[in-house]
Amino acid sequence: MHMADALISPAVGGVMWAATAGIMVHCSRTLRDGFDSLQVPLMGVLAAFVFAAQMINFTIPATGSSGHLGGGLILAVLLGPHAAFLAIASVLTVQALFFADGGLLALGCNIFNLGVFPCFIAYPFIYRKIVGDSPTRGRIVAGSIVAAVAGLQLGAFGVVMETVASGISELPFSTFVLLMQPIHLAIGIVEGLVTAAVVGFVASARPEVLALAEGGKAPSGLSLTKVLAGLAVAAVLTGGMLSWFASAYPDGLEWSMAGVSGKEELEAPEHGIHESLASLQERTAFLPDYGFKAPEHEAEAAGQAEAEPAWPAVEAGTSVSGLVGGGLTLLLAGMLGMLLKRRAKSA
Amino acid sequence: MGSIENSLHQIGVLDRLAAQDTALHRLDPRAKLLATLGFIVAVVSFGRYEISGLLPLTLYPMALVAAGNLPANWLLRKLAIASPFAIMVGLFNPLLDTAPLVHIGGLGISGGWISFTSILLRFALTVSAALALIGTTGFNTVCMALGRLGAPRVFVVQLLFLYRYLFVLAEEGLRMVRARNLRSFSGRGRGITVYGSMLGQLLLRTMDRAQRIHQAMLCRGFDGQIRVAQPLKPGLADAAFALGWLGFFALARSINLAQLLGRIATGALG
Repeated sequence: MHMADALISPAVGGVMWAATAGIMVHCSRTLRDGFDSLQVPLMGVLAAFVFAAQMINFTIPATGSSGHLGGGLILAVLLGPHAAFLAIASVLTVQALFFADGGLLALGCNIFNLGVFPCFIAYPFIYRKIVGDSPTRGRIVAGSIVAAVAGLQLGAFGVVMETVASGISELPFSTFVLLMQPIHLAIGIVEGLVTAAVVGFVASARPEVLALAEGGKAPSGLSLTKVLAGLAVAAVLTGGMLSWFASAYPDGLEWSMAGVSGKEELEAPEHGIHESLASLQERTAFLPDYGFKAPEHEAEAAGQAEAEPAWPAVEAGTSVSGLVGGGLTLLLAGMLGMLLKRRAKSA
Repeated sequence: MGSIENSLHQIGVLDRLAAQDTALHRLDPRAKLLATLGFIVAVVSFGRYEISGLLPLTLYPMALVAAGNLPANWLLRKLAIASPFAIMVGLFNPLLDTAPLVHIGGLGISGGWISFTSILLRFALTVSAALALIGTTGFNTVCMALGRLGAPRVFVVQLLFLYRYLFVLAEEGLRMVRARNLRSFSGRGRGITVYGSMLGQLLLRTMDRAQRIHQAMLCRGFDGQIRVAQPLKPGLADAAFALGWLGFFALARSINLAQLLGRIATGALG
């Protein structure tokens, strides 16, 4: 499931972008060190294969529904973790840009959720351990299912964590977890079965392909302790950055408020926002300079209300002017759009 | 399946739109990419009960759509198709957050409905901006811009490969599906065994194809980098575009322009 821009906060989106960008740079470096120029076209074409594969469905017996390949795990099996991570990132980028499936800011979250877990956890520490050096049908099936389920469960948990940390959705953590994890258990089992079916076919038709993927590309340096240490560092950094954002963020708002209004009264919300606003309101209509302050303040009050237990009721006058202003804004934007369109056509 | 065929067709539509030649299409892709990213950050950085403050930002996608000569109906349809996830998650807000936040006349509107509306607005803004970016720039050019802005080269090259072979493989997949449909009666042969071999076949063919492509590219001197014929040189217009929009987003973020306008209007009327 892809997260959308509408549901995440810039702090979460930014942190996940940074984390994902770091991993991508690391993967690109790793690939360049052992550069095999076949690898790049292979990655691109296999990523396109994942798209094509998603068009082919199969019927799930006794449910009447159908399933298809998700693709993360099979790319890891065929390409090794580093190349697979980049391939998954490219698939998600295309989905974000063309299908509006997940947003640009949420891209970091999506690549992390759907790329890191299958490539750097599920594949090396579950699939490889179960399948071992002598792949048999049973081992491939078991390894694929366990790895796919684990990868998707972690990914779904990532979605929950990122959404809750963003605080845009009202869904409480426990409800969201109970909603996401069981759905992704089912999806994970289907994904595992499909991966096993395809890998099984390749193993019997052309076993050398799998041997190639496992031999050359799986770097020996990937150890569980290293990955866990890396994740721990990432968690600490994320926590640190998030809390820095969390504390810096209201400061930034206050700073912009102060910068816009330059008034003391905004800093004393206890002594009656409404009185000061009411006194301002008469003048605002005629003095645009004051007009800046009051709505700004009102907006901040609404924005910051979430931290407070009691909702400060937003004044009716403000809502009305908000509605009128909103309508006017849309009208203006629409008119500008028409103008631009006419110019673009005549040009 | 029809829907996927349809979305492939949609990519084609986007490509055709991106091949137009307006002043907006001619801008440096980096300017458009940076402005769009700034726009998305500005949109999502608003508080969750914000609606009126977001409205002035509609100017950006509207301007792109208009100046880039993109069909607005098509964009709205794309929005509707992509909306279910945001709606699903957002719909919990009115159910869980029922404290009235705004009173208009005697009617109290709960915080949940406000934040739900805000989510829908954010969704429409961010998605339409991203689609308009592609529609006025084109995928290959966006990839080049990404590369110039410091994305790893391997990643950029492989994005270009993905895009190039997406259509080839998708058509191959569609042919296989059609062949299976013609041969399967009352649901037989649609199970996972046939499916596994089908995908496996497609996979092996894909890998062979990758090898052929690679050999052909080596013959033509491929060294891990794809070069473009037209170099990017940012001009004054590009800088003005990016800085102007980023400035507007900063202004709209710090001052609620809609409410200001409303105050002036209602004050002037009352």
